[in-house]
Amino acid sequence: MLNPLFYIQAIALALGQIWANKTRSLLTMLGIIIGVASVTAVIAALVGLRTRVLSEFEGFGASKIFIFPSRPEGSARNVYPFERIRLRPEELTAISEQAASVRSITPVATLGLDVRSDRAQLDGVTITGIWPDWHDVERRAVILGRPFNAIDEENARQVCLVNDRAILELQLEADPVGRYLLIGGRRFLIVGVVETLTLTIVPSTNTAEIFIPFSVAVKLLPRDFFMSFSARIGSPELADEAKAEITALMRRMRGLEPDEPDTFRVAAIDQFISQFKALAAGITAIAGGIVGISLLVGGIGIMNIMLVSVSERTREIGLRKAVGATPAAILIQFLLEAITLCAVGGLIGVAIGQAFAFGLTKIPGAQLDQAEVPLWAIAMAFAFSGLVGIVFGMFPAIKASQLDPIEALRHE
Amino acid sequence: MARATPQRAPLTIRARRLAKVYRVGVETIHALRSVDLDISPNEWVAIMGSSGSGKSTLMNVLGCLDRPTSGEYLLDGRAVSAMSARQLAQVRNKLIGFVFQSFELLPRMSALANVELPLVYAGGGSWWGSRRRRARAALERVGLGHRLTHRPNQLSGGQKQRVAIARAILNEPAILMADEPTGNLDSTTTAEILDLFGQLHDEGQTIILVTHEDEVAARCGRVVRLRDGNVLSDLSVSEDAAGHRSALRGEGGPDRWQAAASATAHEGGSASGAAGERSGRC
Repeated sequence: MLNPLFYIQAIALALGQIWANKTRSLLTMLGIIIGVASVTAVIAALVGLRTRVLSEFEGFGASKIFIFPSRPEGSARNVYPFERIRLRPEELTAISEQAASVRSITPVATLGLDVRSDRAQLDGVTITGIWPDWHDVERRAVILGRPFNAIDEENARQVCLVNDRAILELQLEADPVGRYLLIGGRRFLIVGVVETLTLTIVPSTNTAEIFIPFSVAVKLLPRDFFMSFSARIGSPELADEAKAEITALMRRMRGLEPDEPDTFRVAAIDQFISQFKALAAGITAIAGGIVGISLLVGGIGIMNIMLVSVSERTREIGLRKAVGATPAAILIQFLLEAITLCAVGGLIGVAIGQAFAFGLTKIPGAQLDQAEVPLWAIAMAFAFSGLVGIVFGMFPAIKASQLDPIEALRHE
Repeated sequence: MARATPQRAPLTIRARRLAKVYRVGVETIHALRSVDLDISPNEWVAIMGSSGSGKSTLMNVLGCLDRPTSGEYLLDGRAVSAMSARQLAQVRNKLIGFVFQSFELLPRMSALANVELPLVYAGGGSWWGSRRRRARAALERVGLGHRLTHRPNQLSGGQKQRVAIARAILNEPAILMADEPTGNLDSTTTAEILDLFGQLHDEGQTIILVTHEDEVAARCGRVVRLRDGNVLSDLSVSEDAAGHRSALRGEGGPDRWQAAASATAHEGGSASGAAGERSGRC
């Protein structure tokens, strides 16, 4: 019904209004700007974090499964004493032999012991008892020397692997293979150096690590020692299948009745990913709430300024009506003005949010170097700004459209 | 005589027993009581009267800014008294051009953009080019071809009123309605603007002009005087001038003037019959 140019002209007019009242418009748009800028920055940070976390988890092993003892939720300690829930070597053997989806598996049993080299002594070093399959499960190859083999395990040979940090702290030479360490008073031959992998998302300090064959560790550990299992499966897609298989096997081993809860937990990396995703969704929801409030406040500001504008321009409205503007045309004009105001606010907000996102990538150690504002977030920010314009611009626009032309022209 | 048979020509305005009643609180104001008025094409009519006589209300009703409380109003053959706000807006856009005392130009727009305004609401596809062309033509018609891009604050009062007139005639309206168009202008500029109205009238424009200045009314062909919401007199400008002057002087004239006035008031229905003698052009 209206000339298409009318819309262009209305928007041009609205931009002219904003430009003519720069300070006022800026103050009015502040709520929208803050809302959009903060949501843009938060989304950018989450996107950056997510990209980082997912790539690291995947690189680290999306095809890894962890099995560890777990007291059923809400149950008393005396109903499920540790003795009932702790993992046992025979369970390890069973999974290793019977679970078809598991490619390799290793126990992880840690103990703290004093370690002495020729030049240094360290107290309470973390000693981990592992199977040779550990290299495959953890994807940690040796840099120097050789990995553990089946003979080490079966014969319970007093051999060990060290990492770079242990070399440093024990003041060993760069190639320590063939040297001996005194671990808990026993002599261990260093057969290899394993590479160190660290998750950069979890701020972990690189610690000294020493690995010994599991069969050796068992002798050093107390009778009811704690251990967990790490397993590698063929591919990440098999995670659910593998979890179900292991759970069934473990329940059978433990003789759990169908109505009894699991006394252990089987977790895959994807579980951590989904936990992270849930966390990210939570943060997004909170940010969304904050943004909602600032958009509400911004919207009220918009409504206020539009009411002022309608009252300031009453004569103009009267004239426009006199030359043939229908109520609908006046309504659309003022609505477009409110929407334009919000959209400009949204634009400034996105720009500031972008600047924030760029700033995030420059924070050293924040691990947010992949922060970026995705297109959908920009689109969403604009859509919401526009929506605020429509919702809060409607009342002033209706007021303008209902003005009586005679009264309006007489208005001082 | 300009037209031999004006009563056969379609009337631009045909109003019968127009009444407008306002209610302000408990008070009822009869702004228009019963007005009959016929205006033929290309007439130049002055509406006069003291304040409170109802001339502004009549102007608003005739200009379709307002609807009469009762009565019948045909504008260019269309019954406008029963139209919706939207239809009235379209009528104002197509059939009526307004000129106001205080110009009512939009301050931040150029003369050209101000003149274009009615086309914005005209609907249909008129694009920049044709719009600009028409607006420029209208401005040239009022002698402002050299002030196209000036803003209102860069123009003199007379120039502003010319822009307003260009805007009013842009859509070639059936009636050009001017409400005290010279009220804010000095005498020289007033003469210029009245010359412009005269030029438009010669070009065939029907003009209704509300004024309280006799010198302005003297330029028109016909003068309608209102009092208390009724038509007091409806005479050709020469008769009106004579009657009015003698009435002012208090000589025998009043009788004739009053007689003419009452005749018009009583025989309102036959106003079109009298149009022939009245339509003498100045």
